[in-house]
Amino acid sequence: MLKIEDLHVEVDGKLILKGIDLEIQAGEVHAIMGPNGSGKSTLAYVLAGREGYEVTKGSVTYKGRDLLEMSPEARAAEGVFLGFQYPVAIPGVSNVYFLKAALNALRKHRGKDPLDAIDFMKLSKEKAALVQLPDELTKRSVNDGFSGGEKKRNEIYQMAMLEPSLAVLDETDSGLDIDALKVIADGLNTLRSPERAMLIITHYQRLLDYIVPDVVHVLIDGQIVRTGDKDLAKRLEAEGYAEVRDAIQP
Amino acid sequence: MATATEPIDEILKRGYDAGFITDIEQEYAPPGLNEQIVAFISNKKNEPEWLLEWRLKAYRHWLKMKEPRWAKVSYPEIDYQDICYYAAPKSKDDAPKSLDEVDPELLATYEKLGIPLHEREILAGVAVDAVFDSVSVATTFREKLAEVGVIFMSFSEAVQEHPELVKKYLGSVVPIADNFFSALNSAVFSDGSFVYIPKGVRCPMELSTYFRINAAKTGQFERTLIVAEEGSYVSYLEGCTAPMRDENQLHAAVVELVAHKDAQIKYSTVQNWYPGDENGKGGIFNFVTKRGLCEGERSKISWTQVETGSAITWKYPSCILKGDNSIGEFYSVALSNHRQQADTGTKMIHLGKNTRSTIISKGISAGHGQQTYRGGVKIMRGATNARNYTQCDSLLIGDQCGAHTVPYVDVRNSTAQLEHEATTSRIGEDQLFYCRQRGLSEEDAVSLIVNGFAKQVLKELPMEFAVEAQKLLGVSLEGAVG
Repeated sequence: MLKIEDLHVEVDGKLILKGIDLEIQAGEVHAIMGPNGSGKSTLAYVLAGREGYEVTKGSVTYKGRDLLEMSPEARAAEGVFLGFQYPVAIPGVSNVYFLKAALNALRKHRGKDPLDAIDFMKLSKEKAALVQLPDELTKRSVNDGFSGGEKKRNEIYQMAMLEPSLAVLDETDSGLDIDALKVIADGLNTLRSPERAMLIITHYQRLLDYIVPDVVHVLIDGQIVRTGDKDLAKRLEAEGYAEVRDAIQP
Repeated sequence: MATATEPIDEILKRGYDAGFITDIEQEYAPPGLNEQIVAFISNKKNEPEWLLEWRLKAYRHWLKMKEPRWAKVSYPEIDYQDICYYAAPKSKDDAPKSLDEVDPELLATYEKLGIPLHEREILAGVAVDAVFDSVSVATTFREKLAEVGVIFMSFSEAVQEHPELVKKYLGSVVPIADNFFSALNSAVFSDGSFVYIPKGVRCPMELSTYFRINAAKTGQFERTLIVAEEGSYVSYLEGCTAPMRDENQLHAAVVELVAHKDAQIKYSTVQNWYPGDENGKGGIFNFVTKRGLCEGERSKISWTQVETGSAITWKYPSCILKGDNSIGEFYSVALSNHRQQADTGTKMIHLGKNTRSTIISKGISAGHGQQTYRGGVKIMRGATNARNYTQCDSLLIGDQCGAHTVPYVDVRNSTAQLEHEATTSRIGEDQLFYCRQRGLSEEDAVSLIVNGFAKQVLKELPMEFAVEAQKLLGVSLEGAVG
């Protein structure tokens, strides 16, 4: 599904990603862990196509196509979803209105008829229930005045609505209490499917107690320094990133 | 991130959709302004003596007045002797008596504007009074309105058919010498709309007027007068467009509203005059005086405007709250893109007891656009327990535009309560990226964010106008709204 080869990325002239290699198959859940400033969010933004992130070397192939050539909205249409670490507010635009516009833009790209209001609301109710997002929040302005936890639940609700092939989730667990974390993890587990790949970016392994990843990567200083199974995450939690960093220093 | 605003700039450079020119024979007055021209216009319209005198009085006042330059707009000197003050489509015989007699080309023009009269008539149930340059070409639904006693006709016709009403109310809210542009309008106005709602009548349909300036080097000076008798209600809509021309065209209209006891007037405008090209060449100079008088107790006047066009906008729809417990409202969305300049706002003058006013102003600046909110709230001595709420929000798109807020407050009664809120925000690259990541094109994203910003005002518009305005906001900034 996704193949990243020797990816180098600069932001404001500073090299952040220094040769990433990563391959994710459909149906797999990969976790990327790493300390602050290691380049986790940069990787997420590059995959989604944010401006200001310059690829200086390497390639990203998604479903056999050059992902880096595509505009952010084309990537979304092709099934790439980014769950934002800090979702922005759009005052005056209701959540459902926004999502209906987005969903119908994606459907149009995929050659499907737009959903009418009744079908849309039915779908919305079903998906909102998945992350226990209150009805009232789906009607409020996008992320406007939402608490941290509500914003994160809203991201997963949007993901459920848009049904991506590849979901990149950037610190979806940050700022959540344990109950909210469980709700989100349950939602994500329901969304696991053989056709869908997930890339979960996190600082802590606690989310991985609930969503068990197939593969865990450790990202430090712009490079993947370790790759392993779910036990790697547990070891990291016990030993800390410093241990890994020390181990890779010459 | 230096490139973040570039795509927006790209989209901002789209064309003007209503910029076609209709090829029909026009009848002009020679350019220039003097007492003969004033008399010529009056004569063309077969006006009574008193109206000619009224015009001449206005003209003589105007000669002594100075063009106001206090607004935050800059434009070249206007040569008032280089403008035609009268242009009418030449019809074969007399004025058309029904739509069938209207010049097909003219009807095609409205068709292009998306206001097919026939269709509106049948589908929307909107009575349309279409003013093309200076003469009102067709008024629909008049008979149906006449059944309930509502008078809706062109101003010229009203002068002929209801001279006593015109004489009573003309200039009663905006006096001849009120300001430079209203004086000019009073001297040379050529047509406009007249509405009279009798006592206790709720006007059964939305009344609507479309204005269009077609002829080159022509000014448009329309005059609108709406009188709502005791306990009546009317909702009136106006829309405006003009073809693309390199030179500037002058538009100086006067609108007067009178609401008697317990009457309500809702006046909505969607203004899309040609704004000029992206370098500021051409476009309409829009100098408009709009004022409503809440004459009676518990009367209410509410102005809603969506201003997306014109090179220069100078416009302050105002309310004089004379009746006790009367209410004035002003809801505005003004958008300036490219080199457009808008200085707009309102005045709320509280005279009566327990009078209330609400001002919601949303300014959007893009490109090199300059946007000024200028508002005045005056609480006079007798206005015990008057209240005002003002909210002005500005939205900036790109980093070359400007937004300014100039609120004046004058309180002479200590029981008054005033609130003022203001915000300025910018469409962020992060908001755009968020929308695009969800699959929306950049154009749709801008449009979505702008419409979200303007929603509080758009919801005040009648339904079909709200949709149109929403589209217009989108079109004025990029391609179209999804």
